[in-house]
Amino acid sequence: MSISAVAPGFTDSVHDAQRVFRAVLGALARPGRIARLDATLVPPPPLHSTAAAILLALADFETTVWLDDGLSDDSEVAEFLRFHTGARLASSWREADFALVTVPERMPALATFAQGTPEYPDRSTTIVIQVEAMTNAGWEFFGPGIPDRVQFSAAPLPLDFQRQLAENRARFPRGVDLIFATAADIAALPRSARIVERA
Amino acid sequence: MYVAVKGGEAAIAAAHALLDKERRGDPTVPALTTEQIREQLALAVDRVTCEGSLYDRDLAALAIKQARGDLIEAVFLLRAYRSTLPRFGYATPIETGAMAIRRRISATFKDLPGGQVLGPTFDYTHRLLDDGLNDQVPAAELTHKIAHDEAAVPHVANLLGAQGLIEQNPEVEIGAPVGDLTRDPLAFPADRDLRLQSLARGDEGLLLALGYSTQRGYGRTHPFAGEIRMGHVEVHLAPEELGFEVSLGEIVVTECEMVNQFKGSAESPPQFTRGYGLAFGHSERKAMSMALVDRALRARDLGEEVIAPAQDEEFVLSHVDNVQATGFVEHLKLPHYVDFQAELQLVRQMRREWEEANRKEAAE
Amino acid sequence: MSDAAVYNFAYLDEQTKRMIRRALLKAVAIPGYQVPFASREMPMPYGWGTGGVQVTAAVLGADDTLKVIDQGADDTTNAVSIRKFFERTAGVATTTHTSDATVIQTRHRIPETPLREGQILVYQVPIPEPLRFLEPRETETRRQHALEDYGLMHVKLYEDIARHGHIATTYAYPVKVDGRYLMDPSPTPKFDNPKMDMCPALQLFGAGREKRIYALPPYTRVVSLDFEDHPFEPTKFDRGCALCGAEGIYLDEVVTDDCGGRMFVCSDTDFCESRRTPPRAAAPGLNEVPR
Repeated sequence: MSISAVAPGFTDSVHDAQRVFRAVLGALARPGRIARLDATLVPPPPLHSTAAAILLALADFETTVWLDDGLSDDSEVAEFLRFHTGARLASSWREADFALVTVPERMPALATFAQGTPEYPDRSTTIVIQVEAMTNAGWEFFGPGIPDRVQFSAAPLPLDFQRQLAENRARFPRGVDLIFATAADIAALPRSARIVERA
Repeated sequence: MYVAVKGGEAAIAAAHALLDKERRGDPTVPALTTEQIREQLALAVDRVTCEGSLYDRDLAALAIKQARGDLIEAVFLLRAYRSTLPRFGYATPIETGAMAIRRRISATFKDLPGGQVLGPTFDYTHRLLDDGLNDQVPAAELTHKIAHDEAAVPHVANLLGAQGLIEQNPEVEIGAPVGDLTRDPLAFPADRDLRLQSLARGDEGLLLALGYSTQRGYGRTHPFAGEIRMGHVEVHLAPEELGFEVSLGEIVVTECEMVNQFKGSAESPPQFTRGYGLAFGHSERKAMSMALVDRALRARDLGEEVIAPAQDEEFVLSHVDNVQATGFVEHLKLPHYVDFQAELQLVRQMRREWEEANRKEAAE
Repeated sequence: MSDAAVYNFAYLDEQTKRMIRRALLKAVAIPGYQVPFASREMPMPYGWGTGGVQVTAAVLGADDTLKVIDQGADDTTNAVSIRKFFERTAGVATTTHTSDATVIQTRHRIPETPLREGQILVYQVPIPEPLRFLEPRETETRRQHALEDYGLMHVKLYEDIARHGHIATTYAYPVKVDGRYLMDPSPTPKFDNPKMDMCPALQLFGAGREKRIYALPPYTRVVSLDFEDHPFEPTKFDRGCALCGAEGIYLDEVVTDDCGGRMFVCSDTDFCESRRTPPRAAAPGLNEVPR
C-alpha cells in the first residue's frame, strides 16, 4: 500500500503524545479508574483511536509491537503503526515490548507474555487490550494507587481472566501490565493490583 | 533582623556576566579565534572531541574557548550538544588497516612491513621551554621530505596472528548490532563493545592512572606496545534504503594495540593476548592507557583472578566518565541545609547522651 | 523566546521522552523498583538534578504549572536555574505556591502543605540504591532486591542501635514500599518520610547519573524501616519557626552572628511566606496546616 493512503496520526505530535502519555500514566497510577481519552486521530478499523493513540505515544523504532490475530491479517493496521511509530512488528507475543489485543476472548494467556526477570522485572510486555465495555463493578482490587478498594471489570475477556489476574499478581515483581481501551475511555491494571479472590 | 535569603536569580545573572568578563581577560590583548584554537591547540581539541564523543573539531574549539580552556567543561558542553542531535544510523566499522598513516611505531619489532614512521611527536624532544615561541613566527618551512608510501601497512598483531602466537580477534558477525551505552543504560557484566565505548569516552587522566597501576603490579598484564598508528581513515555509512556504502568523510584517529604475555589457562594455550585502544585525533596517551585498561578488564574472560581496581569492570566503568564524575563531585557545592540540619540534630543528641553517660560513670 | 524555536518543547527530543515515559510506566507498575533508563547528557551537570529534569521534561505539558524547590526553598540558586530552564524551553507557567502547582520538582524536601490528588512530585536523586553504601556492586544489590534479601540493611540499623541506643540515620532513611522493595527516599530528612506514606500525589524519582527511575503511585504504603522495640521516630524540633510561628514543621538553623546567635526558620519558604501574608482568594488550601 502506498504511504499516501496511510491514515493520519497525531495532529500535534509533541503535545498529543504528552497528553496521551499523561492519561496512561494516570491510569496505571490509579488502577481500575476509568478515564476519558479524547484522541483525534482516525486509525484504520478495527483499531480504536484510544488504543492507536497509546501506541503512537509510546512505541518507536526501539520497541517491538505484537498484533493479535484480529490485526495481523490486516496489513492496513500494521502499515499504520509501522508508518507512524517505526516500531518493529514482533512475530510472537512472548518477547514483545507491547502487545495489541483486539480479540480479547482469544488472547494468549498472560503468563505466556514476557514477564521480565527477577533482577529486571521491567523487561516485560505491556498489553493494550481493546474491549467493548468497562465498568466500576465486578472484580475488586486493592494495592498501590487504590485508596481503599476499587471495583473494575471489562468485557469481553477470557473466561478464566480472574484467575489469570491473580496469578499475574502472584508472580510480582515479574508480570505484565494491562491497559484497557474502549472507543472513548482507558483504564489500567498494573501487575501491582491485587484482586480480591471470591468464590 | 534575619530575612530569608532572596535574589538567587539576580545573583546568577551577575555571576554569569562576571564569567563573560573573565573569559575575555585583558581587553587590550586580541581575542582568540576558534580557528586559532583548532589549529594551534589541536591536541586539546582532539581530547575534547574524543571524550565529548563528537567528531567536530570546530565545535570542540568553540567549547574550549567558551570553557576558558577547562577541557572537562568543554567536553561537557560538547556532550550536552551531542545528546540533542538526531541519530540517522550507525557507520560501518572503520578500516584502520587502510589508514593514511601519519605516524606508526612498533616497540616489538625493529623493522616491519610499512616501516616505522615517527611523525609529529613530542618523543625525543628535549623538554626545554622554547623562548622562540613567544615571537610571532611564520609557519616553519618543512625542510624534510615526507615519504608517502602508498603500500598497505599491516597490523603488527596480525603478523603474530599468522603464526598462531596471538589470540584471534573475536569473530564478529557483519551487521551484528553494536552496544551503545548512550542509548541503553549499562548493565553488568558488560560486553567488550560497551567496555571499549565507555573507555573511549572516558577520562584520559583516570585511564592513565589505571593503566599505570597495572604496570606497577595492580593487575599486571606484561604489555608491549605492539603498534601505535595515527592518521586519516574514511567513515562509511550504508543507509538502509540505499543498500550500499557511502563515504561520510575522513577523520583522524589514533589506534594502539597492546600485545600482552599470557601463560595460558585450562582452555587456552600459552599465547599473546590483546588490549585495544582507539581515540579520535592524535591522542596517544589516551589510546595507550585505554589499551592497557581494556586488557586488564578482560581478566574475567581470560580466567584470571580479579584483584586490582583496573580489572574491576564495575569499578572502572562506573567511574571513568569525567562528565558524570565532575557533576557529582561539584554538586557538593549545592546547598545541603536540610540534611546538614538533620545531622546537626543527631550530633547534638549523641553528644548529650555521651556527656550524660560520662557524668554517670564519674559519679559511680 | 528564541531558545524554544531551536530546541524541542521541554528541551528533550521526542524519542528521548518516549524512552523515559516507558520507564516511568514500568516504575509506576512496580512501585519502588529502580528501572534502568538511557539517561541523556543534559545542559546542567550530573548531580545537579539531571534525573529530575529529565523526568519533569518527559511528564510536562503545555497546561502544567511547575514549581521547583531545593532544600524546601523556591529561591535557592539551583531551583531558580531549573525553573528558568523550563520557562525558557517549555514556556510553562511557574509558581512558588505548592497548592497551585501541578508538577513540583524537588531536591531534599517534601513541601509542608499536604499534596493532593493529581499533583506530581518529582525528586532529584543522587544515589538511588539504598544498599549502595553497604554493598558497592550493582550486580550484588540487584540480586538482593530480586531475592528481597534486605538483611544487610537490618544489620546496619541494628548495629546503630547497639552502638548509639537508636538508629543514627537522619536523612535518606530507607523505606519499604508496599511490603516489597527497599527504596531510598532521596536525601530528604527522615522528618519527611511519613508524608510519603499513602500520599494522594504521584511521586516520581529520577537519578540521571545513575540512570535509574522509580516511583510511588498515589496511596501506596511506604514504611520507614524500624524494629519493634525501636520504632521509627521522625525528627522533632522543640520550637517553632521564628518568622511565622509554625510548629511541627522542618526548620533551618540560621547563624545570625559569630557569638553563637542562632535562629530557626521554616525550611519551606512558600509555607512560611503564605502564613505571613494574608490568604489569597484564589488559592485554596494555602493555610492548610500540615499533618
